[in-house]
Amino acid sequence: MATIGHSIGSVAARAADGGVFRRMWAGMPPVVVLVPALLVGAAMLLPLVYLVIRGSGASDEAWRLLFRAQTLYTLARTLLLMASVTLISGAIAVPLAWLTVRTDLPFRRVWGVVSVLPLVIPSFVGAFLYISALGPRGLLQGAMQGMFGLERLPEIYGLAGATLTLALLSFPYMLLTVRASLSNLDPATEESARGLGCGPLGTLWRVTLPQLRPSIASGGLLVALYTLSDFGAVSLMRYQTFTWVIYQQYESAYDRSVAAVLSLGLVAMAAAVLVLVHVSQGRERYYQSNAAAARVPRRFRLGKWKWPALTFCGGVSFLSLALPMAVLGYWLARGVGLGEPLMPLWEATRNSVIVSGMAAVATATFAIPVAVIIVRHRGRLSRVLETTSFTGYALPGVVIALALVYFGANYVRPLYQTIWLLVFAYVVLFFPVALGAVSSRLRQISPRFEDAARGLGRRPWQVLASITVPLLSPGVLMGAALAFLITIKELPATLILGPLGFGTLATAVWSASSEAFFARAAAPAMMLVLISSIPMAFVLAASGRTRE
Amino acid sequence: MTSPVLSCQEVSKSFGAVQAVRRATLHLEQGEILAILGDSGCGKTTLLRLIAGFEHLDSGAIEINGRQVSGTTAHVAPERRNVGMVFQEYALFPHLTVGQNVEFGLRKLPSDQRETRLRQVLDLVQLERLKESYPHELSGGQQQRVALARTLAPRPVTMLLDEPFSNLDAQMATRMRRQVEAILRAGEIATVLVTHNRQEAFAMADRIAVMNAGHIDQIDSAAEIFGSPATAFVARMTRTCDLLPCRHSGGVAYGEAGDLPVVDPGKPLEEDASVDVLVHPEDFRAASDEDGDCVVGSSEFLGDRVMLYVQTASGFTVRCSHTLDEQIEPGTRVSLSSRRTGPFIAFQREC
Repeated sequence: MATIGHSIGSVAARAADGGVFRRMWAGMPPVVVLVPALLVGAAMLLPLVYLVIRGSGASDEAWRLLFRAQTLYTLARTLLLMASVTLISGAIAVPLAWLTVRTDLPFRRVWGVVSVLPLVIPSFVGAFLYISALGPRGLLQGAMQGMFGLERLPEIYGLAGATLTLALLSFPYMLLTVRASLSNLDPATEESARGLGCGPLGTLWRVTLPQLRPSIASGGLLVALYTLSDFGAVSLMRYQTFTWVIYQQYESAYDRSVAAVLSLGLVAMAAAVLVLVHVSQGRERYYQSNAAAARVPRRFRLGKWKWPALTFCGGVSFLSLALPMAVLGYWLARGVGLGEPLMPLWEATRNSVIVSGMAAVATATFAIPVAVIIVRHRGRLSRVLETTSFTGYALPGVVIALALVYFGANYVRPLYQTIWLLVFAYVVLFFPVALGAVSSRLRQISPRFEDAARGLGRRPWQVLASITVPLLSPGVLMGAALAFLITIKELPATLILGPLGFGTLATAVWSASSEAFFARAAAPAMMLVLISSIPMAFVLAASGRTRE
Repeated sequence: MTSPVLSCQEVSKSFGAVQAVRRATLHLEQGEILAILGDSGCGKTTLLRLIAGFEHLDSGAIEINGRQVSGTTAHVAPERRNVGMVFQEYALFPHLTVGQNVEFGLRKLPSDQRETRLRQVLDLVQLERLKESYPHELSGGQQQRVALARTLAPRPVTMLLDEPFSNLDAQMATRMRRQVEAILRAGEIATVLVTHNRQEAFAMADRIAVMNAGHIDQIDSAAEIFGSPATAFVARMTRTCDLLPCRHSGGVAYGEAGDLPVVDPGKPLEEDASVDVLVHPEDFRAASDEDGDCVVGSSEFLGDRVMLYVQTASGFTVRCSHTLDEQIEPGTRVSLSSRRTGPFIAFQREC
């Protein structure tokens, strides 16, 4: 940190000299933007760098553990889960995106909203609901025993249950990216294909889908990384992936550097996924940024296919939303009936809202200077900063939390065991979400506004305050809402970094459901879903407005 | 003679491998309107942005009222130049009302003076009643006037207009052009106007600078540019014309349209050199002739006249403007004869 401060100081001093160094300063962003952005960059790198230091200092024993057969099995299980979740999410999301954007599906708008709502259900809540509903002796079995005398349902624990839970809860990430690019697609390309003698299905296959490939890939990337970093669902489903093993090591092992070494393995895997997606995209762009297409495309007439389509949408929504919510309602009623104490709920709610709110405000605020640099001051610095800022996507919560536990305990004792370190972890984890919202908003704002303001006599920082920030505010609010939504659902970092006795809704659900006290887990889980619905409603309303 | 309000000396600017502006030199006098005319992508907007200070130049110098504002070692920030720029897309701040937009550059004035000036400029562009409106509630022409008022308000030393009328339909553009010119003339404001539209340049400007791939080929009055273009590019940019390939010898060009008396545009023509002779559609008359070397390829009805596309034996096309009763059917063999009394201008080919 001190070195960075020093180098800024010297750059500023040289700039003041003018002369030879003026060129260097010419393209540089103003200090009000540069300093916070560099702080963010350093903060994002801190956990990773510390993990590497820690890992390189680990005992030979720890390294040997990384390369033993058991780790290989963990790796294989993680890969298998990632592949199955991503494939199933794609199989749900791509048809659903097409049906809700490009066809005359009845209640198109309703399906459009309902299909993204599973995002408010955290994976560990979903997992306990599916277990209690579909498990070997779950609610479904209970009902079927009454009717058919069925003693047991097939096992849900393991790969099947983890895939089911994660695919049904994470497909909306893919749905959102594919839908965005589908509604930005210029209908003229499809019309040209039709004009050239290609039938409707041929056009879908040869023209529409290929153009969606980048968005399918980036949506798939989100789902794959979500799966890779998930801790709650895999733990409840007793499927031992990397995150679960790392947490076990951290909780129980004598040599904690084993967890650090395993974390490095997980980071390497995430990096490999990122590189793979990047290479497969080749020279295509991640997001097609052409402004909203001029015309509304003609909708595909489903005809008699309307019924299968409706069944598909209904089935997906039933499994991903209606079923979990109904089961949750059932357990809530049971819990109230059993007289579960509701008092700790209020404290947990307050804690959840406070830390998530702090994380949301911090990420969205710091996203402004970083977005200004990566959008307005293209260059080497901005590229480095952009890459650094997105590391949070690739770093699972377990990894960040572990790195910060070691770092906090060894170097910043006063922050260790405080909510500050926890909020810091959230910022590192979810900064990319806020940055994405803020920078895409900034890309829509013409730089001419800022030029005009400077031409009218305002200094760069005054331009920032009077023009850029007010115009950015919808993006900042969006970023804050998304960050809040994700933070409140976060589990592993909260478990590891939360101060002793600091309970949130997430940890309350976790501690009850990991011991199968479903009735006790229901109240905080319901609260979590309800609170998440507020930012979710805001996000849906805001993105509905921009589409008009 | 007073010193120029604005002067650019040998200004150059590259973006990577692309040289956007090459050694551009121009001077702007008090109250003068100068148009920079060029195709899209010729560097004219870059030159304007260099003058406003939004871009840093690579070499050369820019002075405003005798003070250097851009050079290789110094760069005055745009907000300290007191140069007013009107952007092609207007760039009205969408979160501020018309009044707040116009006041934006007046922050340093005490509030009573700010009020007065605001009323003054809104009155000038006749938008007093729209003071509380937001930019998106205005028509294109109104937005244009707000942009002008906002730029005029802080009394800039010089105004820079970047394709100001290109977002308006033709009728509105003509009306706005006259209004804007009247305002600029009344205030005696030195102005640089960037445009790709030659009518606009001819109608508004005292002098025209024709820009060709980053380089200013010629700066002169409209009449000079029109009558004696310095380069073939300037000729093409300012007037409908064809450049007929000929061979020059002793003040005569020999080619497919006969032997034409020619003069040079300033640089003497070499003997036996390949030249391009500048011909306008009014210069030649095609006459039906069974033994002629040329043939009418096609014709275009222009209302009061007809434009014939006459093909020579080698396949070169010369346009001839005829009256309606001189109409010749396409496919007819013709011969060309000059109607011009004076000599033609010939540009020597660069080898």
